[in-house]
Amino acid sequence: MGLFDKFNGLVAARSELGALRIDPFGVEIERIISPTEGIIHGRHTILAGTNNYLGLTFNPECLAAAHQALDAEGTGTTGSRMANGSYSGHRRLEEELAAFYGVRDAIVFSTGYQANLGMLAGLTGPNDVVLLDADCHASIYDGCRMSGAEVIRFRHNNADDLAKRMRRLGARATDTLILVEGIYSMLGDRAPLKEIVDVKREFGGYLLVDEAHSLGVLGERGRGLVEEAGVLADADFIVGTFSKSLGGAGGFCVSDLPELDLVRYSSRPYIFTASPSPATIASTRQALRVLAEGHELRARLRANFERLHSGLTALGYTLGAPPSPVIAVVFDDKVATLKFWRDLLDRGVYVNLMLPPATPNGVSLIRCSVSAAHTPGQIDAVCAAFADLRTVT
Amino acid sequence: MTGNSTFDYPQILAEICGELVKVTLGRIAIDEDTELLGDLNLDSLQVMNLLLHVEDRFDISIPVSILPDVKTVKDLALRIENLTREG
Repeated sequence: MGLFDKFNGLVAARSELGALRIDPFGVEIERIISPTEGIIHGRHTILAGTNNYLGLTFNPECLAAAHQALDAEGTGTTGSRMANGSYSGHRRLEEELAAFYGVRDAIVFSTGYQANLGMLAGLTGPNDVVLLDADCHASIYDGCRMSGAEVIRFRHNNADDLAKRMRRLGARATDTLILVEGIYSMLGDRAPLKEIVDVKREFGGYLLVDEAHSLGVLGERGRGLVEEAGVLADADFIVGTFSKSLGGAGGFCVSDLPELDLVRYSSRPYIFTASPSPATIASTRQALRVLAEGHELRARLRANFERLHSGLTALGYTLGAPPSPVIAVVFDDKVATLKFWRDLLDRGVYVNLMLPPATPNGVSLIRCSVSAAHTPGQIDAVCAAFADLRTVT
Repeated sequence: MTGNSTFDYPQILAEICGELVKVTLGRIAIDEDTELLGDLNLDSLQVMNLLLHVEDRFDISIPVSILPDVKTVKDLALRIENLTREG
């Protein structure tokens, strides 16, 4: 078998897409106009698939902080924190994240993907057991694989199934790491976090909650599902990303456990990668301040996602979950979904296309992500495009 | 990760084939040499979901990490047999 033979399936799949005149994974945004608008294929397009939940990518204070850091500290750090040292901004951001959650410490990673990869590969090893929700993100699966830990899935959002598997582990349950997400990225559904915490209280173990899609979105201060569900103190590790509600790039983990600091020394994705640039750190620090005080932004976001959810429900679409900033429209047929995605883009609406095997239960999804920066008019325009296609299909 | 019961190989094989028939809808004959990915064209997610049902039946938890070594129905049955014995 030749080096490139493994790509034969991909080549065939790409040809199939080409024949349909669809390129969902190579979209170029020719010009970005605002957090919710861009030019695609020369057309003014509403961006409703960017995970820019609070719309902070053009926040003037964040831009100013980034500009200032860029001028003062340069374009990049040119190396890892272990080898080149940390800039003061890296540590200040870690302190501010820890203070935001009211815990002892934080570690900043260079991407959200690396936050999960780095935490799991650094924290767990071949003699450990990880129990993860079946619908966890690829970064969690990849981190588990990198760690060499014994990885067991439990049924999605099923605390009883988790309990059953903890029972099977016997004495090993007390050192098991349980992994869940605040809001799941595909369908937009939330973890039953109180029930998950009850299982942890019964059997022991440690809980890591990935709040990538719920940071800034849920909870009075935007601390995610752990805050909304009132179980912040029960989460031993909280992972998040800077690339969604904080409008930057990077990731983090916070914990009250003193051992968190040791992960830095065992985490290859932390050790062997360049640290975030000064401008990224500066904009993220400012965005975190905006997020913490962003009650109005969260209210606007909620109004927007409820408007879109109710609009699509009224049109008769099957949606993946109750209202959240991630609204997934569920389809059975893959080709029909591909065409639907293309037709939305032709109508000036950009959303995400999600296909099996990346999706739960083999469904195809048109995935919208809503922003506080969307205007009610933009939400209505998205609904109108869906209504138009409802007539067509 | 095991339950306390021990199941013999034919029982386990029958159970796996029963689950596979639900996926293939009887379109393909299944025996212990059938390849899960090659012959049945199951993707990794389908295999993992199949395992959820098998785990319940035998009261075991099957680590995801066994998957790369499982090619055939027989491979899977043998791994499950081992897991049920480890308890």
